Amino acid sequence: MSLSMVPFAVSGFFPRGIMPYLFGGLLVGFGTAVIYLATNITAGASTFLESTLSYVSNVSRFNRLDYVQSRDWRLVFTAGIVSGAAVYGFVLHPGGWTTNVQWWRLLGGGILVGAGTRLGKGCTSGHGVCGVGSLSNTSIVNVGTFLVVAIGTAQLVQALGVAP
Amino acid sequence: MSKNDRSPWFLPVIYVGGLIFGFGLAISGMARPEVVLDFLQFEDLGLLFVMGGAAVVTGITFAGATRYLDRAPLTASEYTRRVKDLDRNVIVGGTIFGVGWGVSGICPGAAYASVGIGNYPILWAIGGMFLGAYVQGYWRTFRSDDAAGVTEVLSN
Repeated sequence: MSLSMVPFAVSGFFPRGIMPYLFGGLLVGFGTAVIYLATNITAGASTFLESTLSYVSNVSRFNRLDYVQSRDWRLVFTAGIVSGAAVYGFVLHPGGWTTNVQWWRLLGGGILVGAGTRLGKGCTSGHGVCGVGSLSNTSIVNVGTFLVVAIGTAQLVQALGVAP
Repeated sequence: MSKNDRSPWFLPVIYVGGLIFGFGLAISGMARPEVVLDFLQFEDLGLLFVMGGAAVVTGITFAGATRYLDRAPLTASEYTRRVKDLDRNVIVGGTIFGVGWGVSGICPGAAYASVGIGNYPILWAIGGMFLGAYVQGYWRTFRSDDAAGVTEVLSN
Protein backbone atom coordinates (compact mmCIF):
# COMPACT_ATOMS: atom_id res chain seq x y z
CA MET A 1 0.00 0.00 0.00
CA SER A 2 1.42 3.38 -0.96
CA LEU A 3 1.64 6.19 1.57
CA SER A 4 -1.10 8.20 -0.16
CA MET A 5 -3.55 5.43 0.59
CA VAL A 6 -3.10 5.63 4.36
CA PRO A 7 -5.98 8.09 5.07
CA PHE A 8 -8.29 5.95 2.96
CA ALA A 9 -7.18 2.86 4.82
CA VAL A 10 -7.95 4.46 8.19
CA SER A 11 -11.45 5.56 7.17
CA GLY A 12 -11.85 2.15 5.58
CA PHE A 13 -11.81 0.65 9.07
CA PHE A 14 -15.11 2.46 9.77
CA PRO A 15 -17.18 2.01 6.61
CA ARG A 16 -20.43 2.64 8.48
CA GLY A 17 -19.05 5.54 10.52
CA ILE A 18 -18.82 5.46 14.29
CA MET A 19 -21.98 7.22 15.49
CA PRO A 20 -24.41 4.27 15.70
CA TYR A 21 -21.72 2.28 17.48
CA LEU A 22 -20.84 5.01 19.93
CA PHE A 23 -24.46 5.98 20.63
CA GLY A 24 -25.46 2.32 21.05
CA GLY A 25 -22.51 1.70 23.37
CA LEU A 26 -23.33 4.72 25.53
CA LEU A 27 -26.92 3.43 25.85
CA VAL A 28 -25.70 -0.05 26.82
CA GLY A 29 -23.60 1.61 29.52
CA PHE A 30 -26.51 3.82 30.56
CA GLY A 31 -28.88 0.84 30.93
CA THR A 32 -26.25 -0.91 33.08
CA ALA A 33 -25.77 2.29 35.12
CA VAL A 34 -29.52 2.68 35.78
CA ILE A 35 -29.67 -0.84 37.22
CA TYR A 36 -26.48 -0.39 39.23
CA LEU A 37 -27.45 2.99 40.70
CA ALA A 38 -30.90 1.72 41.66
CA THR A 39 -29.87 -1.70 43.03
CA ASN A 40 -26.06 -2.13 43.29
CA ILE A 41 -26.38 -4.99 40.79
CA THR A 42 -23.77 -5.23 38.02
CA ALA A 43 -25.90 -6.89 35.39
CA GLY A 44 -24.27 -9.30 32.98
CA ALA A 45 -26.29 -11.10 30.35
CA SER A 46 -24.82 -14.62 30.49
CA THR A 47 -25.69 -15.66 34.07
CA PHE A 48 -29.28 -15.72 32.80
CA LEU A 49 -28.41 -19.01 31.08
CA GLU A 50 -27.49 -20.86 34.28
CA SER A 51 -30.02 -19.14 36.53
CA THR A 52 -32.86 -19.93 34.11
CA LEU A 53 -31.76 -23.57 33.90
CA SER A 54 -32.43 -23.76 37.65
CA TYR A 55 -36.16 -23.59 36.90
CA VAL A 56 -36.03 -26.86 34.99
CA SER A 57 -32.95 -28.78 36.16
CA ASN A 58 -31.99 -30.40 39.45
CA VAL A 59 -28.27 -30.25 38.63
CA SER A 60 -26.75 -28.64 41.71
CA ARG A 61 -24.58 -26.19 39.77
CA PHE A 62 -27.69 -24.36 38.58
CA ASN A 63 -29.36 -24.39 41.97
CA ARG A 64 -26.72 -22.38 43.79
CA LEU A 65 -28.37 -19.87 46.11
CA ASP A 66 -27.25 -16.82 44.12
CA TYR A 67 -28.71 -18.23 40.91
CA VAL A 68 -32.03 -19.20 42.48
CA GLN A 69 -32.28 -15.81 44.21
CA SER A 70 -31.49 -13.87 41.06
CA ARG A 71 -33.32 -15.93 38.45
CA ASP A 72 -36.54 -13.88 38.58
CA TRP A 73 -34.94 -10.51 37.99
CA ARG A 74 -32.63 -11.99 35.36
CA LEU A 75 -35.71 -13.11 33.41
CA VAL A 76 -37.10 -9.57 33.72
CA PHE A 77 -33.75 -8.07 32.63
CA THR A 78 -33.67 -10.33 29.57
CA ALA A 79 -37.29 -9.49 28.76
CA GLY A 80 -36.24 -5.84 28.92
CA ILE A 81 -33.37 -6.47 26.47
CA VAL A 82 -35.72 -8.21 24.03
CA SER A 83 -38.30 -5.41 24.34
CA GLY A 84 -35.74 -2.63 23.94
CA ALA A 85 -34.45 -4.20 20.75
CA ALA A 86 -38.05 -4.65 19.58
CA VAL A 87 -38.67 -0.93 20.04
CA TYR A 88 -35.75 -0.31 17.70
CA GLY A 89 -36.52 -3.10 15.23
CA PHE A 90 -40.27 -2.66 14.94
CA VAL A 91 -41.02 0.95 15.89
CA LEU A 92 -38.01 2.93 14.65
CA HIS A 93 -37.05 0.62 11.79
CA PRO A 94 -40.19 -1.41 11.11
CA GLY A 95 -39.70 -4.77 9.50
CA GLY A 96 -36.71 -6.13 11.34
CA TRP A 97 -34.26 -8.42 9.59
CA THR A 98 -32.86 -11.92 9.81
CA THR A 99 -29.26 -13.03 9.73
CA ASN A 100 -27.70 -14.87 6.81
CA VAL A 101 -25.14 -16.62 9.00
CA GLN A 102 -25.74 -20.35 8.58
CA TRP A 103 -27.65 -22.27 11.25
CA TRP A 104 -24.80 -24.64 12.07
CA ARG A 105 -22.47 -21.72 12.78
CA LEU A 106 -25.09 -20.19 15.09
CA LEU A 107 -25.72 -23.50 16.86
CA GLY A 108 -22.09 -24.61 17.14
CA GLY A 109 -20.88 -21.13 18.10
CA GLY A 110 -23.75 -20.83 20.56
CA ILE A 111 -22.78 -24.05 22.36
CA LEU A 112 -19.21 -22.81 22.78
CA VAL A 113 -20.38 -19.32 23.82
CA GLY A 114 -22.73 -20.82 26.42
CA ALA A 115 -20.07 -23.10 27.89
CA GLY A 116 -17.26 -20.52 27.66
CA THR A 117 -19.06 -17.59 29.26
CA ARG A 118 -20.19 -19.67 32.20
CA LEU A 119 -16.81 -21.29 32.76
CA GLY A 120 -15.09 -17.91 32.30
CA LYS A 121 -17.52 -16.16 34.69
CA GLY A 122 -18.93 -13.67 32.21
CA CYS A 123 -19.40 -12.44 28.68
CA THR A 124 -19.13 -9.27 26.63
CA SER A 125 -21.47 -7.44 29.03
CA GLY A 126 -20.41 -8.93 32.38
CA HIS A 127 -16.66 -8.79 31.73
CA GLY A 128 -16.50 -6.52 28.68
CA VAL A 129 -18.70 -3.72 30.01
CA CYS A 130 -19.09 -4.08 33.79
CA GLY A 131 -15.76 -5.73 34.52
CA VAL A 132 -13.63 -3.53 32.28
CA GLY A 133 -15.56 -0.53 33.65
CA SER A 134 -14.45 -1.63 37.14
CA LEU A 135 -10.87 -2.04 35.91
CA SER A 136 -11.05 -5.66 37.16
CA ASN A 137 -7.91 -7.60 36.23
CA THR A 138 -9.96 -10.78 35.88
CA SER A 139 -12.22 -9.13 33.33
CA ILE A 140 -9.39 -7.50 31.40
CA VAL A 141 -7.64 -10.88 31.11
CA ASN A 142 -10.89 -12.56 30.02
CA VAL A 143 -11.72 -9.90 27.42
CA GLY A 144 -8.17 -9.89 26.06
CA THR A 145 -8.29 -13.68 25.75
CA PHE A 146 -11.64 -13.88 23.99
CA LEU A 147 -10.89 -10.97 21.65
CA VAL A 148 -7.62 -12.48 20.43
CA VAL A 149 -9.11 -15.98 20.07
CA ALA A 150 -12.27 -14.70 18.36
CA ILE A 151 -10.28 -12.63 15.86
CA GLY A 152 -8.10 -15.63 15.05
CA THR A 153 -11.12 -17.90 14.71
CA ALA A 154 -13.11 -15.49 12.52
CA GLN A 155 -10.11 -14.94 10.25
CA LEU A 156 -9.61 -18.70 9.96
CA VAL A 157 -13.29 -19.29 9.16
CA GLN A 158 -13.06 -16.58 6.50
CA ALA A 159 -9.84 -18.03 5.08
CA LEU A 160 -11.57 -21.41 4.80
CA GLY A 161 -14.09 -19.71 2.58
CA VAL A 162 -17.11 -20.12 4.88
CA ALA A 163 -19.64 -17.38 4.15
CA PRO A 164 -21.92 -16.09 5.31
CA MET B 1 -29.67 -9.26 49.56
CA SER B 2 -32.98 -10.42 50.92
CA LYS B 3 -36.02 -10.11 48.74
CA ASN B 4 -37.82 -8.43 51.65
CA ASP B 5 -35.55 -5.38 51.45
CA ARG B 6 -36.53 -4.76 47.87
CA SER B 7 -38.67 -1.85 46.85
CA PRO B 8 -41.73 -2.59 44.70
CA TRP B 9 -39.86 -0.62 42.03
CA PHE B 10 -37.10 -3.23 41.89
CA LEU B 11 -38.38 -5.31 38.97
CA PRO B 12 -39.78 -2.34 36.97
CA VAL B 13 -36.41 -0.57 37.14
CA ILE B 14 -34.54 -3.76 36.14
CA TYR B 15 -36.93 -4.00 33.18
CA VAL B 16 -36.35 -0.39 32.13
CA GLY B 17 -32.57 -0.81 32.49
CA GLY B 18 -32.78 -3.91 30.29
CA LEU B 19 -34.91 -2.00 27.81
CA ILE B 20 -32.28 0.73 27.42
CA PHE B 21 -29.54 -1.92 27.26
CA GLY B 22 -31.35 -3.85 24.52
CA PHE B 23 -32.21 -0.70 22.57
CA GLY B 24 -28.52 0.25 22.67
CA LEU B 25 -27.46 -3.22 21.50
CA ALA B 26 -29.90 -2.98 18.59
CA ILE B 27 -28.69 0.48 17.49
CA SER B 28 -25.05 -0.55 17.87
CA GLY B 29 -25.25 -3.47 15.46
CA MET B 30 -24.01 -5.93 18.10
CA ALA B 31 -27.27 -7.85 17.65
CA ARG B 32 -26.33 -8.55 14.06
CA PRO B 33 -23.85 -11.44 13.68
CA GLU B 34 -22.61 -10.05 10.33
CA VAL B 35 -21.51 -6.79 11.98
CA VAL B 36 -19.65 -8.64 14.73
CA LEU B 37 -17.93 -10.88 12.17
CA ASP B 38 -16.95 -7.79 10.13
CA PHE B 39 -15.33 -6.45 13.30
CA LEU B 40 -13.43 -9.67 13.99
CA GLN B 41 -12.26 -9.76 10.37
CA PHE B 42 -11.03 -6.13 10.57
CA GLU B 43 -13.52 -4.90 7.99
CA ASP B 44 -15.38 -2.56 10.36
CA LEU B 45 -13.87 -1.68 13.72
CA GLY B 46 -16.93 0.25 14.91
CA LEU B 47 -17.63 -2.26 17.68
CA LEU B 48 -14.65 -0.88 19.57
CA PHE B 49 -16.84 2.14 20.21
CA VAL B 50 -19.68 0.00 21.53
CA MET B 51 -17.63 -1.77 24.18
CA GLY B 52 -15.49 1.30 24.82
CA GLY B 53 -18.44 3.69 25.10
CA ALA B 54 -20.32 1.34 27.40
CA ALA B 55 -17.29 0.67 29.62
CA VAL B 56 -16.60 4.41 30.01
CA VAL B 57 -20.18 5.05 31.19
CA THR B 58 -20.17 2.13 33.63
CA GLY B 59 -16.63 2.99 34.77
CA ILE B 60 -17.64 6.54 35.71
CA THR B 61 -20.83 5.26 37.35
CA PHE B 62 -19.12 2.57 39.44
CA ALA B 63 -16.29 4.87 40.51
CA GLY B 64 -18.66 7.72 41.40
CA ALA B 65 -21.17 5.58 43.28
CA THR B 66 -18.64 3.65 45.37
CA ARG B 67 -16.85 6.86 46.27
CA TYR B 68 -19.62 9.40 46.76
CA LEU B 69 -22.89 7.55 47.28
CA ASP B 70 -24.08 5.44 50.18
CA ARG B 71 -26.71 2.79 49.46
CA ALA B 72 -28.70 1.76 46.42
CA PRO B 73 -32.25 3.05 46.97
CA LEU B 74 -34.18 -0.02 45.79
CA THR B 75 -32.24 -2.71 47.68
CA ALA B 76 -30.69 -0.79 50.62
CA SER B 77 -27.46 -2.45 49.50
CA GLU B 78 -24.17 -0.61 49.90
CA TYR B 79 -22.49 0.22 46.57
CA THR B 80 -19.74 -2.28 45.83
CA ARG B 81 -17.70 -3.49 42.89
CA ARG B 82 -18.12 -7.12 42.18
CA VAL B 83 -14.63 -8.42 41.52
CA LYS B 84 -14.28 -12.04 40.47
CA ASP B 85 -11.29 -14.26 41.15
CA LEU B 86 -8.74 -14.67 38.42
CA ASP B 87 -8.12 -18.36 37.95
CA ARG B 88 -7.54 -20.85 35.15
CA ASN B 89 -11.26 -21.03 34.36
CA VAL B 90 -11.24 -17.36 33.35
CA ILE B 91 -8.69 -18.08 30.64
CA VAL B 92 -10.05 -21.46 29.52
CA GLY B 93 -13.61 -20.07 29.49
CA GLY B 94 -12.50 -16.94 27.62
CA THR B 95 -10.79 -19.11 25.01
CA ILE B 96 -13.87 -21.32 24.48
CA PHE B 97 -16.08 -18.22 24.33
CA GLY B 98 -13.68 -16.63 21.84
CA VAL B 99 -13.89 -19.60 19.47
CA GLY B 100 -17.69 -19.54 19.69
CA TRP B 101 -17.86 -15.77 19.16
CA GLY B 102 -15.52 -16.05 16.16
CA VAL B 103 -17.54 -18.87 14.60
CA SER B 104 -21.00 -17.38 15.10
CA GLY B 105 -20.67 -13.63 15.74
CA ILE B 106 -23.09 -13.85 18.65
CA CYS B 107 -22.82 -13.29 22.40
CA PRO B 108 -25.53 -13.65 25.04
CA GLY B 109 -26.90 -10.09 25.44
CA ALA B 110 -26.73 -9.37 21.74
CA ALA B 111 -28.50 -12.66 20.96
CA TYR B 112 -31.43 -11.78 23.25
CA ALA B 113 -31.63 -8.38 21.58
CA SER B 114 -31.61 -10.05 18.18
CA VAL B 115 -34.77 -11.96 19.12
CA GLY B 116 -36.49 -8.62 19.75
CA ILE B 117 -35.62 -7.50 16.24
CA GLY B 118 -37.36 -10.56 14.82
CA ASN B 119 -34.20 -12.40 13.85
CA TYR B 120 -35.65 -15.89 14.40
CA PRO B 121 -32.59 -17.83 13.08
CA ILE B 122 -30.78 -16.53 16.19
CA LEU B 123 -32.83 -19.08 18.15
CA TRP B 124 -30.29 -21.66 16.94
CA ALA B 125 -27.65 -19.69 18.80
CA ILE B 126 -29.75 -19.23 21.94
CA GLY B 127 -30.61 -22.93 21.99
CA GLY B 128 -26.90 -23.63 21.60
CA MET B 129 -26.01 -21.28 24.47
CA PHE B 130 -28.42 -23.03 26.84
CA LEU B 131 -27.05 -26.39 25.73
CA GLY B 132 -23.46 -25.22 26.28
CA ALA B 133 -24.30 -23.74 29.68
CA TYR B 134 -26.07 -26.97 30.63
CA VAL B 135 -23.16 -29.17 29.58
CA GLN B 136 -20.64 -27.12 31.56
CA GLY B 137 -22.93 -27.01 34.61
CA TYR B 138 -23.52 -30.75 34.46
CA TRP B 139 -19.81 -31.41 34.04
CA ARG B 140 -18.83 -29.14 36.92
CA THR B 141 -21.46 -30.64 39.21
CA PHE B 142 -20.25 -34.12 38.39
CA ARG B 143 -16.62 -33.13 38.79
CA SER B 144 -17.27 -31.45 42.16
CA ASP B 145 -17.74 -34.91 43.65
CA ASP B 146 -13.96 -35.27 43.58
CA ALA B 147 -11.49 -33.32 45.68
CA ALA B 148 -10.61 -30.68 43.09
CA GLY B 149 -14.24 -29.64 42.91
CA VAL B 150 -14.58 -29.35 46.67
CA THR B 151 -11.76 -26.85 46.97
CA GLU B 152 -13.30 -24.92 44.12
CA VAL B 153 -16.64 -24.70 45.93
CA LEU B 154 -14.89 -23.51 49.08
CA SER B 155 -12.93 -20.84 47.25
CA ASN B 156 -16.13 -19.44 45.77
